Amino acid sequence: MTIHNREAFLDRLAGELGRPRRTEGVQRPTWSVKPQEEVLAGLPQEKLVSVLHNHCAVIHTDFRRTTKEQLQRVLQETLEGYQATSIVASSDERNVTYGLDQFYRKLKANGSEVHLWDEIQEEENKTFAERADVGITFSDVTLAESGTVVLFNNKYNGRLISLLPKSYIAIIPKETIVPRMTQATKQIHEANQRGDAVSSCVSFVTGPSNSADIEMNLIVGVHGPINVTYIVVD
Amino acid sequence: MSLKISKAPYEERVQDGVENDFMRQAVASAQGRFRSGREHQAEELGNWEDWRTLGEEIRTHTLENIDYYLQELSENVSKRGGNVFFAKDAEEANRYIQRVVKQKNAKKVVKSKSMVSEEIGLNDALEEIGADVVESDLGEWILQLDEDPPSHIVTPALHKNKEQVRETFAAKRGYTKSDQPEELALFAREQLRQEFLAADVGITGCNFAVAESGAVTFVTNEGNARMVTSLPDTQISVMGMERIVPTWEELDVLVSLLTRAAVGQKLTSYITSITGTRLEGETDGPEEYHLVIIDNGRSKILGTEFQSALHCIRCAACINVCPVYRHVGGHAYGSIYPGPIGAVLTPLLGGYEEHEELPYASSLCGACTEVCPVKIPLHEQLIRHRQIMVEEKGMAPRSEKMAMKGFAKWASNPAAYKMSTKMARTAMKPWSKEETISNGPGPLKGWTAHREFPAPAKQSFRAWFKDRQKGGASS
Repeated sequence: MTIHNREAFLDRLAGELGRPRRTEGVQRPTWSVKPQEEVLAGLPQEKLVSVLHNHCAVIHTDFRRTTKEQLQRVLQETLEGYQATSIVASSDERNVTYGLDQFYRKLKANGSEVHLWDEIQEEENKTFAERADVGITFSDVTLAESGTVVLFNNKYNGRLISLLPKSYIAIIPKETIVPRMTQATKQIHEANQRGDAVSSCVSFVTGPSNSADIEMNLIVGVHGPINVTYIVVD
Repeated sequence: MSLKISKAPYEERVQDGVENDFMRQAVASAQGRFRSGREHQAEELGNWEDWRTLGEEIRTHTLENIDYYLQELSENVSKRGGNVFFAKDAEEANRYIQRVVKQKNAKKVVKSKSMVSEEIGLNDALEEIGADVVESDLGEWILQLDEDPPSHIVTPALHKNKEQVRETFAAKRGYTKSDQPEELALFAREQLRQEFLAADVGITGCNFAVAESGAVTFVTNEGNARMVTSLPDTQISVMGMERIVPTWEELDVLVSLLTRAAVGQKLTSYITSITGTRLEGETDGPEEYHLVIIDNGRSKILGTEFQSALHCIRCAACINVCPVYRHVGGHAYGSIYPGPIGAVLTPLLGGYEEHEELPYASSLCGACTEVCPVKIPLHEQLIRHRQIMVEEKGMAPRSEKMAMKGFAKWASNPAAYKMSTKMARTAMKPWSKEETISNGPGPLKGWTAHREFPAPAKQSFRAWFKDRQKGGASS
């Protein structure tokens, strides 16, 4: 695509810096400190789960933990808690291994509306997500320190699933949990260096949406979901 | 709007702030909460100083090589289907964005919060061509309905109370419910949801662009930037040219510093990185993407002793600890960028002539420098501004200049000097009570409004000294 006015613009910057323009050979220096790598370093996975669990209280998020076998039951309870009858979910390949395809079929049979994200139904994806009670996706990377699920949005996992419905449920495979953002960005950086295309949208989602814009009162639920549940699956 | 947000003189703006009790109380309590949040986060990490050192190193390296990183960024955005426009000033940026909006035949433009778009007056430019522009950050929406400028760079409507918000919603949007913040926010959610769905073009700012992959990152809590980047078919991101990091690894560090220093959160609810247009098979995200990179006076700061002011990541930590901001509020600065960083940056971007008071809107206590997550020596830069204004530009503060001019005339004429020292006591008699003046005339007013001024002594120093040498009275 087009790039306008670049050369004159960058030449001017080099001029102000009092040196010739740099177009190659710039290397990041070795930083003198790396405090980000020390946070929660070397903790066993079990410990990271408890850090994540504890932080959920701070970010107004419900925390559940279960096994693959019990996941359907826990999901069912969570949906009942939200009185949800319409669900939009990603068409993730993990739906099969976690038994969710079966679960969604059962929900439909019992009268709920379920829409799995579909690359050929652009309008339906949007209008359904807009009126859905709940959106469900898997977490691709999970950050214990901040209680964040990282979503690599793509044609199977649209941006709107975790955004438009009133409630959002993230299914967190235990092995996706890492100490903090450092490990997630390192993974993206390395994939980029290998030549793998970075997702068109990487969403770091930490609990429900909120605002403090009116008299600094914390209001949970502004434009995005009002309720969030994380389900960690062993 | 533009960099300059008020035509009222500085003294008047300050007076308005000082007399606004609600605003002062709101600011004081907000400062307290932001501050304890940041301190709590810093304490919990235990090595906050290392984080600041790293932040400073990253920003220094990036700005020193900014031409290289901007080139890399533009290549990568372009590879992912995005258009990149480098704008030398506000006019160029606005003209380009107007052109895109016109080409799309767009009626409705929805925006997420962006300080740089306020700086260039983008909303006015869009309204000029007949587009309906909707601000979607809750605070910004309130201000837009009320046609009021922001007073804080993180919580822009800090100066408004909930009754005022209710009145605004009622008058402008037919709101009928209470002034409970939850109800107000729910109303905004419903109203703005319709705007998001109807918008043809979405416009965002940019917290950090990542040079290595062309990602543009937004840090928000409300989720409006996600809406703006997911729903409209055309998306435009507007970035100040310095808002860039080399790779995703530095993005981690700067985002972590930003959310902690700004609001005391480990991460905000949403950190969203978008790269170019939607990929094949995707049904949300923009089909057309534009990144507008803006200079607007920033390049003049490169290579100068103020270069580190461009390291700013807009966290407002300096604003949240500033005792001057606490008393006068954001509007008194007359700039879209208030507080210590605003006092440093505004004269650099808008010129000393237009903003000559700002370097003096500081007690030089240094609290700002101490909290800055990327270690900008803010109060030292304010001192340098003052030095440059006085020594190189001959721009002493106006009252000081007048006083000094008078003093020079008077002190260089021995007869005038002698006579006036003799006459001072008589002249000031009407305002003197015992040995103090508490309601002085003319230039004394500013002083005596707050404290007393000693009345001229009965005897001048020269007369006293003469007497003393003669062996006369010694007091």
